[in-house]
Amino acid sequence: MDYVLIILLEMLRAVSWLVLLASGLAIIFGMMRVINFAHGEFLMLGGYITIMTHNNGVPLWISMLILAPLTVGIFGILVERLVIRHLYGRIIDSLLATWGLSLLMIGGVTLVFGNTVQGVSTPFGAVSIGEYSIPLYNFVIIGFAAAIMLATWAVLKFTKVGLVARATMQNPDMAETLGVRTTWVYMATFGIGSAVTGLAGGLLAPLTGVVPSMGVNFVGQSFITVITGGASMIAGTLSASTLLGTVSQGVTFASGPVYGDAALLLTALVLLRVLPQGITGRIFKKSL
Amino acid sequence: MSLLEVKGLKASYGVVPALHQVDFNVNAGEVVGILGHNGMGKTTTLRSIMGFVKVTDGDIVFEGQSLKGLSVNARARRGLGLVPQGRMIFPTLTVRENLESGIATGKQPMEPIIDEMLSLFPRLERLLDRAGGALSGGEQQLLALARCLCRKPKLMLLDEPTEGIQPSIIDEISDTLKQLAKTTDITIVLVEQNLDFITGLSDRVYAISNGVLDRQIPEEQLKDSRAVSEFMGFVT
Repeated sequence: MDYVLIILLEMLRAVSWLVLLASGLAIIFGMMRVINFAHGEFLMLGGYITIMTHNNGVPLWISMLILAPLTVGIFGILVERLVIRHLYGRIIDSLLATWGLSLLMIGGVTLVFGNTVQGVSTPFGAVSIGEYSIPLYNFVIIGFAAAIMLATWAVLKFTKVGLVARATMQNPDMAETLGVRTTWVYMATFGIGSAVTGLAGGLLAPLTGVVPSMGVNFVGQSFITVITGGASMIAGTLSASTLLGTVSQGVTFASGPVYGDAALLLTALVLLRVLPQGITGRIFKKSL
Repeated sequence: MSLLEVKGLKASYGVVPALHQVDFNVNAGEVVGILGHNGMGKTTTLRSIMGFVKVTDGDIVFEGQSLKGLSVNARARRGLGLVPQGRMIFPTLTVRENLESGIATGKQPMEPIIDEMLSLFPRLERLLDRAGGALSGGEQQLLALARCLCRKPKLMLLDEPTEGIQPSIIDEISDTLKQLAKTTDITIVLVEQNLDFITGLSDRVYAISNGVLDRQIPEEQLKDSRAVSEFMGFVT
């Protein structure tokens, strides 16, 4: 029984992990149809800010929950103003530009901090479930993943800002005729997507440590989740994370992490073969 | 002083010229029609006024000020509203959300404005929770009009509001616009191919042909759609 509970909790953590990794990318891709290939490096930046500021005396929670999203959000706005806004509607060009940005960020961070892993200890310790124990920090990951999804849904569904964002996403020209400054909406969307990515990077840093090339490990999982989810930002991220996280963690428990990763990829491949528009291209079509 | 003056307007899509010479004016409170065959430049004229099409020469003056260099959203905030061809309803937003999107950038409370629109377009009331994309063409047209009117535009640009719409709804649109023109100070520029609709609604009608708009159809001919057809060369 304890073992089953542990497996279920680990599956929930794996789902939450994917939600955290993919949320920022889903916001940017879902709203703007811009593929941010530097997404992994935005995560890395959030992680570095958390660890560096904490190592310089800032309390961990302030580093993780305030400084990381704030800094990466502002960085995202700068990137949107300087690079992305010139490339709207040019999906390949924006992909190449953000790939270049990712290389620049890896090089820059390596130059400043070196190429060694840095980290902080995971807060809270562990809790025992029967003869097993599980890190309490897993519940923080699960809580924040749920909070990010819930907050994004609530903002989009119940606020004027969310309504304007959804209208812009569906038809920017029409939104303009209704007085919407769509360039501001895009800038804010990229900033918010980046901030969420920074927050995810901050939250993951105690678990993974940070190294300049760490983004490469995460960008694949993020993209697979977003593409498998399809066009609906929240329903897509949640459904894809749930499916992929459950399958990969289940296989990890049965056969080890390498098989778990392979199962994740295989599930995504089969799913995209059957549902080329992603999960929300067929079901939950009208969801946010 | 005219509310809108379009002077010597030339516009192009890239290197392809679309408007060669467009000159007309609209006084406050008027309904002005623009009549022409397909591809003559009617929609381009409205899209140029709204700021979607690159103007290569001439000027558009609204309330005495040139609109040159202003973005589409800045023109909308100045008081221009567009009901585009094809309606451009936000398909996954509900009817209520479509209406709210017309007011969302302002600070005014939404409910009184939506109630006002529902009294103007009662057919929309039972559809409030339905997705915009699930409405019929006629219902979408009513919604597009209501969404535009939510912003209380000083000048409403209407692009072929009867296109592909069932006759009963055309009558409903016509009645509503007549009521609006009579009871409010709204000014309307209407682009149409439907002779009865445009002559029944407009105070003045201009003819556009091959990107040139400079002829006003004589007032005495306006009440006779056959005379208008002859003026336009629709009949021989």
